[in-house]
Amino acid sequence: MNATKRRKPHTFQIFKDIGGRPFAFTAGFSFLLLLIVWSVLSYAKAVNPVFLPTPDKVLTEMIKLLGTGEYWHHIGISVFRVSAGFILACIVGIPLGIFAGTFKYGEAFVEPPMEFIRYMPAVAFIPLIMVWAGIGEWAKILLIFLGCFFQLVLMVADNTRRVSADLLQASFTLGAGRWKAIETVLIPAIQPQLMNTLRLILGWAWTYLVVAELVAVNSGLGYAIMKAQRFLNTDQIFVGIIVIGLLGLISDRIFAFLNRRLFPWA
Amino acid sequence: MEAAKKQEALYEEKAAGSIGSAPAEAGRQGEIVIAGLGKVYASKKNRFEALAGIDLTIGANEFVTIVGPSGCGKSTLLRIVAGLDDLTEGSVRLDGDEVVGPGAERGMVFQGYTLFPWLTVRENIEYGPKLKGVSTLERRAISSHFLKVIRLEQFANAYPKQLSGGMKQRVAIARALANRPKVLLMDEPFGALDAQTKLEMQEMLLEVWEKEKTTVLFITHDIEEAIFLSRRVVVMGANPGRILKAFDVKLPAQRTQEVRELPAFLSLKRELGALLKH
Repeated sequence: MNATKRRKPHTFQIFKDIGGRPFAFTAGFSFLLLLIVWSVLSYAKAVNPVFLPTPDKVLTEMIKLLGTGEYWHHIGISVFRVSAGFILACIVGIPLGIFAGTFKYGEAFVEPPMEFIRYMPAVAFIPLIMVWAGIGEWAKILLIFLGCFFQLVLMVADNTRRVSADLLQASFTLGAGRWKAIETVLIPAIQPQLMNTLRLILGWAWTYLVVAELVAVNSGLGYAIMKAQRFLNTDQIFVGIIVIGLLGLISDRIFAFLNRRLFPWA
Repeated sequence: MEAAKKQEALYEEKAAGSIGSAPAEAGRQGEIVIAGLGKVYASKKNRFEALAGIDLTIGANEFVTIVGPSGCGKSTLLRIVAGLDDLTEGSVRLDGDEVVGPGAERGMVFQGYTLFPWLTVRENIEYGPKLKGVSTLERRAISSHFLKVIRLEQFANAYPKQLSGGMKQRVAIARALANRPKVLLMDEPFGALDAQTKLEMQEMLLEVWEKEKTTVLFITHDIEEAIFLSRRVVVMGANPGRILKAFDVKLPAQRTQEVRELPAFLSLKRELGALLKH
């Protein structure tokens, strides 16, 4: 008992980095746990199989569905709707957000109405959208657009306002005017944060997609899920949900990758 | 590969030729005249006099430091000269022209790190010349010259986040000087650096100042730094911020660390210290 006793470091330390391997392992374990709970509940028939199908049934169903051209058509049209609504929201929303974040007059003009509208549930607009845009593709794109747009503008404005005033002042003392400062300081400075914002908004676009495809459609993943529900085909509902989850995950990873590649300085 | 090397040699040649040491640019002076300057922050209930009755003339190519306790408005004064803050009374003139708003002829080095993080060291230095529309070739020559001056050639393509605090401030000085300003305004630029780095930076700054010949107005709360760097030390007091006294620094023009032990240095230090105590 003569050796000095060193206190063993805690496993859970606030904010402390744990390294890539333990992180990946824990993340994998988390998924595994989810699968185990699902398996126990379904194989032990603790829950009626109509409500909760077993993992292997869902997997077989998934392989079967993904082997059909029809399902890939659903995926394709859903990806198209999400992309169209999202990109449209970006084209209009990003410049407007930068404008609102840069100038106080811009903020006064843009933000109060946006703050007001953003609390209106996008879903509640569905009847109105059907009156305005009918039940065609534009109706779905419009709903996704509305769901993303207002949040996007407010978040981009916030990103813009967070740019350090010191950087702007430095550019002024180096000879930049207002427009040059926006072009050479504000816009480059917000880019990494902007990518994070877009990543978040894209997640919401997927959520609104399912809502958009609940009404008067005959294609898309949301439609596939609704159709499966009508026949109490829970296997297929699970497949639809998992596929949407995977698509979201893939797009999210693409954004994360781009962020690292495009902004090595951040 | 060969072509790139040739190009590089051309840049270097140009760097050596066009901007060697202190080119006497036509009309480049840099005399600051501050007359009756006052700054009042007024709201409905409160009226705070930050600066009052400031008269100060800084000759072309002079190196002047301003020392004072925190809250005496010395940074505000500098920001007014830079055009980043407005004055409420009096005027600031640069070579006869009244200062309104910031401009490239008054370069500034801030206390915090203000390098553009998305630009490399070289691109940061070239920022001002690029805005002015200087050609790529000439810009390259300017940045090569200043990279050599601040001895960071091997970091030309590094991003600011890869640099230490001292290195960042060296680049900030180079970035301001690359614009060939008439005046260099420095707001406690070495305040966040450790003691050893601070000494190195001071020596480097004097070296650069002698080479580039520009007017420098330097704010600090460090008395030793003020004496070591400048030809004239202006002492400010608070409530309202005003000039208490100005001292000519009678020390050898060539400043080395030994200067700090000279009797003239020590007595001035004592005098300034006593003045700043109340």
